[in-house]
Amino acid sequence: MKKKTSYIILTLLFIFIFVLLFRGMHNTNTYKPSEIKNKNLFEFSSKDLFLNKKVNIKELLVKKNFTLINIWSSWCVPCKLEHEKLMNLSNLDNLTIIGLNYKDKPINAKKFINDLGNPYSKILLDPDGTISIQLGAYGVPETFLINKDSKILKKYIGELTIEQTLEIEKIIN
Amino acid sequence: MRDLKFLLVIILSLFFLQHYLKANENFLLVDKISKNLRCLICQGQSIYDSQSDFALSMKLLIKRKLEQGNSEDEIYQYLKNKYGEWIVYDPELNKKNLLLWAFPLILFIIGGILIFRKVFNN
Repeated sequence: MKKKTSYIILTLLFIFIFVLLFRGMHNTNTYKPSEIKNKNLFEFSSKDLFLNKKVNIKELLVKKNFTLINIWSSWCVPCKLEHEKLMNLSNLDNLTIIGLNYKDKPINAKKFINDLGNPYSKILLDPDGTISIQLGAYGVPETFLINKDSKILKKYIGELTIEQTLEIEKIIN
Repeated sequence: MRDLKFLLVIILSLFFLQHYLKANENFLLVDKISKNLRCLICQGQSIYDSQSDFALSMKLLIKRKLEQGNSEDEIYQYLKNKYGEWIVYDPELNKKNLLLWAFPLILFIIGGILIFRKVFNN
């Protein structure tokens, strides 16, 4: 009887450990951006790429109901690929797009904009990457959708996909 | 006059020494904090180990936060707030990982009971 109970306990223990490890195998081990949602945007001031004058982000958020902050750089290939989608989004009435130029040389950034067009109403500089870190970003490109009250509604990591641009349009309309 | 010069040299030396020690202390603390943070884009590496743009900016931010007078814990809390629990190597006890924390303790207690019973029965 005692032996039987030990077997049952041992088997249950094995099943338990197996299920625990098996479930763990399917868990993704990568960073998910969901943590940042519904948080307030970090308030920062930075220099404008073209005017060389300091601008506070809060002043830019109040212009329209929604703002898209896009972190980009001229050396980043996915940024080049998503640029056309940003150009299309810039035609929407309800949306301001602000660029945050990440660890870039102003001369290269200006060339990038001259060659591919400017979807941004303002481009602010982040020469050492610390503003992006404080926004909760981890690289380029990265895009935040923000409402008038400075709440982060969505965060997209990497190149914007067509589905994501459709989602943005749906949210703001 | 000579004494005055001597005194001035000593005061200046102390002033620079204090600054040097403070800078050195911050430098060591940046290393310590960055060793406890996970690099989110280069997995398997800490912020300290990594030379990625993300890690370099993070180290710079930690240094600035220390200079602004933030404590080590405040910096961890700040980054957890931005990036979630995943950024620190040492997870806090919560509902999700309760079992993970409790399991070794449960095993220890069961083992203890078994040993105790064996010794007691003998």
